[in-house]
Amino acid sequence: MRSALLAACIGAVLATGPAAADTGETMPKRGGTLTYMIPADAPPSLDGHREGTFAMLHALAPFYSVLMRVNPENPSDTTQFVCDLCTAIPKPTDDGKTYTFKIRTGVKFHDGSPLTAADVAASWHKIIFPPPGVLSARQDWWSVVDSVEAPDTTTVVFRLKFATTTFLPSLADPFAFIYSKAILDKDVRWYEQHVMGSGPFKFVALDIGQSMKGERNPDYYHKGKPYLDGFIGIFADKQVVRVEAIHSGRAAMEFRGLPPSAINDLQRELGDKVKVQTHDWNCGNVVTPNQRRKPFDDVRVRRALLLAVDQWNGAPALSKIANVRTVGGIVFPGSPLAATKEELQKLAGFWPDIEKSRAEARRLLKEAGQENLQLELLNRNVDQPYKYVGTWLVDQWSKIGVRATQRVQPTGPWLQAMRTGDFDVVVEANCNSVVNPVLDTHKYLPRVRSPVNYGGYNDPELIEIYEKMLSEGDFDRQRALMRQYEARIIDTMADEFPMLWWYRMIPERSFVHGWKIGPSHFINQDLSNIWLDEGQNG
Amino acid sequence: MSTTLDGRIALPADEAIVLHRSYWQATLHFCRREPLGAVGAVLVLIIAITGLSAELIAPYSPTANDFAAMTEAPSWTHWLGTDQFGRDLLSRIIYGARTALIVGLTSAIVGGFAGLVLGVASAYFGGRLDLVFQRIFDVVMAFPLIIMALAVVAIFGTGVHNVIVAITIPLIPRCARVVRSSALAIREIPYVDAARACGYSHSRIILRHMVPNVMAPFLIMLTAFVGQAILAEASLSYLGLGVQEPTPAWGLMLQGGAEEYASTAPWIAIFPGLAIALTVFGVSLFGDALRDVLDPKLRER
Repeated sequence: MRSALLAACIGAVLATGPAAADTGETMPKRGGTLTYMIPADAPPSLDGHREGTFAMLHALAPFYSVLMRVNPENPSDTTQFVCDLCTAIPKPTDDGKTYTFKIRTGVKFHDGSPLTAADVAASWHKIIFPPPGVLSARQDWWSVVDSVEAPDTTTVVFRLKFATTTFLPSLADPFAFIYSKAILDKDVRWYEQHVMGSGPFKFVALDIGQSMKGERNPDYYHKGKPYLDGFIGIFADKQVVRVEAIHSGRAAMEFRGLPPSAINDLQRELGDKVKVQTHDWNCGNVVTPNQRRKPFDDVRVRRALLLAVDQWNGAPALSKIANVRTVGGIVFPGSPLAATKEELQKLAGFWPDIEKSRAEARRLLKEAGQENLQLELLNRNVDQPYKYVGTWLVDQWSKIGVRATQRVQPTGPWLQAMRTGDFDVVVEANCNSVVNPVLDTHKYLPRVRSPVNYGGYNDPELIEIYEKMLSEGDFDRQRALMRQYEARIIDTMADEFPMLWWYRMIPERSFVHGWKIGPSHFINQDLSNIWLDEGQNG
Repeated sequence: MSTTLDGRIALPADEAIVLHRSYWQATLHFCRREPLGAVGAVLVLIIAITGLSAELIAPYSPTANDFAAMTEAPSWTHWLGTDQFGRDLLSRIIYGARTALIVGLTSAIVGGFAGLVLGVASAYFGGRLDLVFQRIFDVVMAFPLIIMALAVVAIFGTGVHNVIVAITIPLIPRCARVVRSSALAIREIPYVDAARACGYSHSRIILRHMVPNVMAPFLIMLTAFVGQAILAEASLSYLGLGVQEPTPAWGLMLQGGAEEYASTAPWIAIFPGLAIALTVFGVSLFGDALRDVLDPKLRER
């Protein structure tokens, strides 16, 4: 059954595969500096284990190694893994409960110290068992892990509490940077403000709000790589700045994605000097009411907000102006575990008849005594698609008489407001790297289990369904549990509302080669495969 | 011009006649003497009426999305076209006038009056109080208005109320400094001494005897402030630090879609830009004319 699931996953991912523009590549050339745009104001911190945002990853990934990763030559297939620091992807032993990795020898950190299995184990220990006061954003992904050990300098052993198909893909988490054990032992939070890895590039400078610079690591263990002499990542949260930078040649690309209008403008004005790669995106907006605040502790009010939104008609219209495309539930629509359209339409917020849906919403608000509900929608100061989705939501809610205003915050304060519960309703996103549906949906678990849940609710029943799903080896039963889990989050409790899945469109100047798109803006970001053909510049 | 013992300024005979004109005659006189100022006043009046009666004259809701009419060019249905959400631009500009006026007038009036009182008090009391006030004003005025406003918004957050606070604070010392210089001269005029001798309180002397005599420069400053405040609000909104979507505001309308569709739907940027330009132009013309009328030196030319 596992192999059937794997085959289904591969099939699904291939079906939603990339529409790539870059073909017929020649031999990579060495040299040059890649300048690219990072669509954010600044990273909230520099610690990959703590954060879950591209604002950090696009600036920091080139400095770090990971244990294993999605194949950078074929990132579209997120079931195809290759080693980074390991020497081979292990087969599990002990009835699927033990994974033993052999670690490369001769790998050095940028300060010259050797990287051993102890560093790998210490980093994973910090991720899975963070000490008090240290945030690990995806900690719950590895709740099945019993221990991580390094019995010798070249071996790391993960022991699980029970066998699960979700474990191995989860180790390809691109945020799981390998840190120096010596540094972690001195100060476990050192990496929040400093950079020191073993990746393809060495840290040169970070100008907060402006740029990140790196230079080639001559001791990089993947021989011949990286091809670039260095890189400059320029922070610019305004889309027009990023588009103009690519248009003028000031920057060669950006990795997150631009909306159709910007892509069309670049193609019209640059012609064959620009290439575009596209892909369905394992990323979607999520709307979260704060249940620590009244009246959002009332399920009727939350359900009314959900019922007011017409996703079926909104998606095709918004896809013309924003990088959103697909209506879906909590699972990436390309996955076999995702709900079908018929299954979705049974859930609140996805009913095919929007008038019936809004009538029910008004009834619920009246019943809850909230006919004149006013709320503040917290949103992130990122144009695409956050601000577009936020503005659309305000209009949708106005149709049931809810008056909403928006509070747009830069990434840092936006995250801080969510973490401290300083909001009524927030537009956030559930963006994942490897398509691993069960773990991808861990975000919806209450905060006691998921540190990135900001809804302020507790639901033991939801946790119980998730636990069953996590340990379920049979695909059909796992899928049925996923439907149960999804229905409880959306339809029964209206805890969080999935709000349109995104679509990636990446422009790159034609002299940039070697980078391939995948379903996530988190994977394949270490820049080691990229090379420049300066002859094509300009 | 001379000063009477009760503190009122005795005007020459011909100016005194002017005081006896009716409002209509005074308006007509102003229009003849300052035709450009009259144009400015009409522009300001139109914008004020537009903002006040937005519900009556706007053809559509300023926030309603219409996906069947996204980025439509100006037409009989949508006179100024629509934006990327299909929202009617004319309606958003009409409602945007209200935001501009609320922020512009409130900031200018509150900042102006606070500056007036502080400036006159500073001149009247002099000494250490004056020294402390002036140094504080020096610090605040060392920052350009928009930088100061940015700092205040960064502290208090975004939204209409905070934008008003952000613009008001830097206006206070600018007004106080000008008013103080006029008030320093008035402080030396004997009627202030006479008022003191009569035992009037400080507040009465400041409010009834000094403030009325610095009204001319104050009113000129006030009109300048309205224009500056409207521009500052537009700048803050453009930078994403002012009012937020979907609130209709001219500066905000220049952000996002206006930039994104500048080449394919330029009307999204042109009309809000035009609204800002016309309003600030109108306020400036009116302010200049007011200065010409109220400033005795310019009046004699």
